[in-house]
Amino acid sequence: MNTILGTWHWLTTAEHYRGTAGVPHRLLEHVVISGIAVGLAVLIALPLGLWLGHVGHGGAVAINVSNIGRAIPTFAILVLLATVPSLFGDAGAVLALLVFAIPPILTNAYVGMREVDPDVREAAVGMGMAGITLVRRVELPLALPLVAAGVRTATVQVVATATLAAYVGAGGLGRFIADGFGLQDTPMILSGAILVALLALVTEIGLGRLEVGLTPGRRRGSPTPGDAAQVRG
Amino acid sequence: MLCGGRGFGRGGGHATVPFVAANPWFSWSYITQHASELLSATRQHVALTVWSVLVATCIAVPMAVVARRWGWSRGTILTGVGILYTIPSLALISVLQAYFGLRPITVEIALVGYALLIIVRNTLIGLDGVPAEVREAALGMGFGPTRLLTRVEIPLALPSIMAGIRVATVSTIALVTVGAIVGNGGLGGLILEGLNNLYRAEIMAAALGCVLLAFIADLLLLGLQRLVTPWTRRRAG
Repeated sequence: MNTILGTWHWLTTAEHYRGTAGVPHRLLEHVVISGIAVGLAVLIALPLGLWLGHVGHGGAVAINVSNIGRAIPTFAILVLLATVPSLFGDAGAVLALLVFAIPPILTNAYVGMREVDPDVREAAVGMGMAGITLVRRVELPLALPLVAAGVRTATVQVVATATLAAYVGAGGLGRFIADGFGLQDTPMILSGAILVALLALVTEIGLGRLEVGLTPGRRRGSPTPGDAAQVRG
Repeated sequence: MLCGGRGFGRGGGHATVPFVAANPWFSWSYITQHASELLSATRQHVALTVWSVLVATCIAVPMAVVARRWGWSRGTILTGVGILYTIPSLALISVLQAYFGLRPITVEIALVGYALLIIVRNTLIGLDGVPAEVREAALGMGFGPTRLLTRVEIPLALPSIMAGIRVATVSTIALVTVGAIVGNGGLGGLILEGLNNLYRAEIMAAALGCVLLAFIADLLLLGLQRLVTPWTRRRAG
């Protein structure tokens, strides 16, 4: 009971919302670190996955990268990168998060493009479409549900894993948990945990809504490969 | 801080390494010199994983059966395990440690929570995939609901359930490492220790150990899957 009251007290203390160690600034750090990692991952993995799916090669690589990614502990990669002095902190965190954001985006883009009905593709080719036009007008719109699911999965995972980055000197909401353990301040730890969980849930639900809005044809509630490709952190 | 690495360099007694301790990315001598430490960490890692996946399976399969039989509960169950899955592991473990302390159970509860989603979802996919004709044939032969479930539906869903258990196991092995934060992370403990000493060989050895464990576990479960679903092999061959 004391812990719950203490946590409530921590969360309602105005002092914890001011300055560079305050909740708003930590939230901003969390969002910026995650945003940069996801942005870079999309820039790298999306064109590659779409292209591999379009030409129909490299399937084993595009799919296995997700399976291997699942077996590698994110915590280990974060810590390994942090042993490079120039990477200790935000830079190493972004790099580690990037590594784990690529597989779901790549795999889903590839699978999405491959699952386009061959008849539809053939009809488009018969109508004189080829190359970029075929991708842009036919394949990509049909692959969009899976592509979007991949980006959502990667984003939710990055937001969650960014919490761990506090242990390797990065900013973000995870700081409250890591510092709280250091100070043996349970209300601080629990407040951090609540804030992080809320951010992850808001991200998941928000992107889920966005995805449904973007892809009206998708069957609701049917699991997609993207859901299974997530790596926990 | 970098020099604070441990005293064991590469060359043993007559090494003439300078004062700045060698910090290789990988070192066989680390592994051979710390074999017993690695082994006991691995043992804890395996124990945490096996316990968590077993408990998760025992909870998840009945949950999926309930979700399948009573349609109204399906959305609630899937949303519930989905929300649990979304909560970052560090957050969940921190909350749990406030009540359960720095004990293995803290990590195990979190691991069970995350494995639930994967196994519930795969079991549901498997149960949904049982053809209606098969179900009707069984009912026509006089199977009651329990026998229908245990003799027809579960066996037919088994490949999908096993696939879920495999994915859950591999993810759990990677996730156990976070448990190091509360002192029960198997090989993750070595990762955290390596972070504090900035000693790469230790972190790398633990990370590779996790990947190796995941690989072995996946192969073993694949073998088990073949063993319990011999008919899928017969069909394929």
